[in-house]
Amino acid sequence: MFFGSGVIKGMLVTLKAFAASYFRGPDKGGIFTVQYPEQRLAEKENFRNFPFLVYDKTPDNLRCVACDICAKECPPKCITIVREFDKDNKPLKRPAVFSIDHTVCMNCGICEEACPFDAIFMDHNFEIASTDRQGDLLLQKEALLKSNDYFNKIRPTDASAIDAKRAEAEAKKKAAEQAAAAKAAAAAAAPKLAAAAADKPAVPTEPPKTV
Amino acid sequence: MEFMDQIFVNLKSTVLTLAGGFLPPWAVILLCAAISLGVIAVIGPVTMMYLTLIERKVLARMQNRIGPNRTGPWGLLQPLADGIKMLTKEDIVPKNADRIVHLVAPILIVIPALLVFAVIPFGKNMIPADLSVGVLYFLSISSTTTIAIFSASWASRNKYSLLGGMRAVAQMISYEIPMVLSVVPILLVTQSLSTGAIVRAQGAYGGWGWFVFTPWGFAAFITFFLCAVAECNRSPFDLPEAESEIVAGFHTEYSGMKFALFYMAEFMNAFTLSALAATLFLGGWQGPWLPSWAWFFIKTYALIFIMLWFRGTLPRFRVDQMMNLAWKFLLPLSLINILVAGFWHFANPPLAIGGSIAMLWASGWIFTRLNRDYTPEKRTYLFGE
Repeated sequence: MFFGSGVIKGMLVTLKAFAASYFRGPDKGGIFTVQYPEQRLAEKENFRNFPFLVYDKTPDNLRCVACDICAKECPPKCITIVREFDKDNKPLKRPAVFSIDHTVCMNCGICEEACPFDAIFMDHNFEIASTDRQGDLLLQKEALLKSNDYFNKIRPTDASAIDAKRAEAEAKKKAAEQAAAAKAAAAAAAPKLAAAAADKPAVPTEPPKTV
Repeated sequence: MEFMDQIFVNLKSTVLTLAGGFLPPWAVILLCAAISLGVIAVIGPVTMMYLTLIERKVLARMQNRIGPNRTGPWGLLQPLADGIKMLTKEDIVPKNADRIVHLVAPILIVIPALLVFAVIPFGKNMIPADLSVGVLYFLSISSTTTIAIFSASWASRNKYSLLGGMRAVAQMISYEIPMVLSVVPILLVTQSLSTGAIVRAQGAYGGWGWFVFTPWGFAAFITFFLCAVAECNRSPFDLPEAESEIVAGFHTEYSGMKFALFYMAEFMNAFTLSALAATLFLGGWQGPWLPSWAWFFIKTYALIFIMLWFRGTLPRFRVDQMMNLAWKFLLPLSLINILVAGFWHFANPPLAIGGSIAMLWASGWIFTRLNRDYTPEKRTYLFGE
């Protein structure tokens, strides 16, 4: 170890970094910068920000029933919901207005947890930069609606679990309806065709199908 | 080869011959000077612009980044974008500043930086003005930068500026001395102050007779290059503009194009000092196979790369360390080096080589020994325990 050897050692470190930046891969001391707009890292499935509304098949068919639970749970109060009424002024199970203010939303995900109808979920969309505060950041229902297929694409694990749950509930509901209908039919037919009904039921009871 | 080597020289003489057809002789002489001036006036700022880009790129690569790459391919238009930004920025003058000196200082600092280009031999027969006192001219002109820096710091009427200016003066005057003394062996051996003659003296062994390959040349090169880095206020000698201590030193109160002029002077000084180091020690345009101007630019940019490499690696000196290096190490070493050069010149080859290496090694060892800080084996705490 001679005088100035520390300087030389340090200079070699930077020279190595300089050379590695040209000839080495990102995991071997080279440059690991991702040139963002052109190159992107793969999105993590668990990444969540800014909620969206899910619809099944067509946008008219949205799951939201305007129950207002998410708007009440929302800590910064960024969700506004107004229920839709028909022409007889009877309330409908759908929102007339559903807006989320992205300038206020803090990406906590409580709306998703609170929703009993699996209608609102956290999105993967993070490129919301805009020059228009009211137009582009205060999102209305049309902008918030996204299909179940999109949900399945960005978060397959959660989406398939929820789809299975919903299908099961649907099947259970259908089976209950069928059972009720069979009971009603049986009750209606009982006085007239008691003997025939005893042999075979009017509606065949099938095991509930799972989708 | 010969054609490529002399292409710029022939181009200029062709232009002058054509102009001589219809211009009087005195106008041709003026045109000859104007061409050289025009080339320097273009090369200086363009070099500065692209040195900023090279510096940012090299530093980025050393820090595992990419550097500017958005403006044009490889960020090649970045200097132009910076230039436009600098020109359109607001020019702020402090209320209590000395307005005239504040305005003149940035202009004053660029003038010597451009003037010294005159004696740089860019290639064979490509020296703008082969003065018989070339090296002296270079050193004396470039030392006037101190005045500009100090007037800038004084005129700003700002304590940080003044501190930076004081540091700049102390540093530049200190490093001026070993720098000039390290050039003396070259002057002794070549018996000339002309940069052209010094380069021609290094043409032995088919263009490989560079002075850096001799013991005294090597020692002088190290000394000169360290002093050159200190002279143009580059890291690790950037105490006058130490941003972590005194904001921006002498150019704290400068903005817009005035600041850009300081920047420009710094980079042009870095270029010219590297060019002079290449001329004096690395054989200037001497070298095999390639055209002479190519060799000159390769050597100069290699030295500039080393400057950037220093900046990417070394932390800033403390003021006392910086002063110690100049006065206690480089100054005695450069004095010894003059003796060694004389010994080399008059002794027989085997004795000359062995003797000069031994003398330099011994003096280097002694100076490092003498400069070693006193560090006690065990600290004694008077009030602790």
